Amino acid sequence: MAKITFIQHNGTSQTVDANPGMSVMEAAVKNAVAGIDADCGGACACATCHVYVEPDWVEKAGKRSDMEADMLDFAYEVRENSRLSCQIKVTEGLDGLTVKVPEKQF
Amino acid sequence: MTENFGCIILGGGHAAAEAALCLRKEGFEGSILMAGDEPSLPYQRPPLSKTYLAEDVTADSLLIRESQAYVGANITVRVNARAVKLDAASRVVTFADGVQAQYGKLILATGARPRKLVGAGHLKVHYIRTLADIDGLRAVIAPGKRALIIGGGYIGLEAAAMLKKLGLHVTVLEAMERILQRVTAAPLSEFYTRIHREEGVEILTGVSIKSLRADGAELADGRFVPADVLIAGIGVLPNIELAEMAGLRMEAGAVFVDSHCRTSDENIYAAGDCTSFFSPHYERLTRLESVQNANDQARVAAANIAGHVSVYDVLPWFWSDQYDLKLQIAGLSQGYDEVVLRGDSATGRSFAAFYFAQGRLIAVDAVNRPREFLLAKRLIAAKVSPDRNILQDETADLKKLL
Repeated sequence: MAKITFIQHNGTSQTVDANPGMSVMEAAVKNAVAGIDADCGGACACATCHVYVEPDWVEKAGKRSDMEADMLDFAYEVRENSRLSCQIKVTEGLDGLTVKVPEKQF
Repeated sequence: MTENFGCIILGGGHAAAEAALCLRKEGFEGSILMAGDEPSLPYQRPPLSKTYLAEDVTADSLLIRESQAYVGANITVRVNARAVKLDAASRVVTFADGVQAQYGKLILATGARPRKLVGAGHLKVHYIRTLADIDGLRAVIAPGKRALIIGGGYIGLEAAAMLKKLGLHVTVLEAMERILQRVTAAPLSEFYTRIHREEGVEILTGVSIKSLRADGAELADGRFVPADVLIAGIGVLPNIELAEMAGLRMEAGAVFVDSHCRTSDENIYAAGDCTSFFSPHYERLTRLESVQNANDQARVAAANIAGHVSVYDVLPWFWSDQYDLKLQIAGLSQGYDEVVLRGDSATGRSFAAFYFAQGRLIAVDAVNRPREFLLAKRLIAAKVSPDRNILQDETADLKKLL
């Protein structure tokens, strides 16, 4: 079990429990975290689960895949620490992960 | 006894799940009932024809939300609850078990059901729409068996790719001259025909079935296609019986909704596959079968019910996974008069086809090209005419077009 915290654009935050193996996006959607639409359900097809990984966690969250990097290339307000949360797999090592949710997904 | 709810959502798919949670997100304070006729909480349907059968994906992992998300939002959820009667004058829904419930507002999210194959003979026909459908299919497939798929649309082709991966011999029959004819343009049909043939799937187009037998299909031209497993993917029919009962306006065989996703009854909204609407972007009556449309219409309906005026004007988009190929589609290509290709669709496995009508970009089909998909999504929504030379020149930077 890993705890993951989502911080909204307006500063409010929500911490949810995630099981290793699921994606950060799934943990968000199943717990109705606002701002993560994830319309394609994790198929890396829509770029509507964009998050900013807090600097301390960027390395642990891993690298963007090629497909993901291409998707992020044309997403809104992309930064160095941008990821598609459907592509971050939850592990015990990500217990405490904190990500910020962008103002809008598309 | 008649129960009472501030809002009742009929349906248990993507639109229903999204509408229920969105009502709360938008501040709706009344009681909410979400009632669907399937035994499961709302789940992701797209993987049913993609990863669910072929990979290690459990039914639980397909759930859109865990049950506690609905509990936490104070939403009453009922499964196996089939509505059989809708009385718009008294605002009462009657369920198959006799339970009656009155609503303040109603959202019809009843979806669509597979069109049935008639005269199926002795071979059981499998469809791909629900978890139960796939569990039924799982029980009869095995490596080496021969699968016959009727219908060369996205469902049929995705099923073909999935069954091929599982080691079956696969044949796809399409009545029209090319696969995907109803939903896409010729370049894409040609591309997927080649890909499936390269992968070892037999594709027969322009064929009609004379009779279905217990051991296969006899074609009108005299050929016989042997089969152990029969799957039909020949389109869906919107579930509109309740709407008809309520006397709601219908268009294109579906429940017509206005820009607020409201039906002709002021207390009844509708979202998803069961609806038709006038698309402001394409300026025509439109009916879509997609997750995007289900989610976005549900969001608009929920916002309006909660008192926040919201208008549906989202560019349609779709995706399809077959083999190692991810197809992403933005916009509707019907009515195009010019196609611009970026990449090699004749021999490669990655390209984008940009569709224009009267000089304006109206749609893109992007195969393993997420950058082109997302770029086009923005350009189409902005109603611009991007430079064709940059689009077709692989060395040109697409960012110049923004």
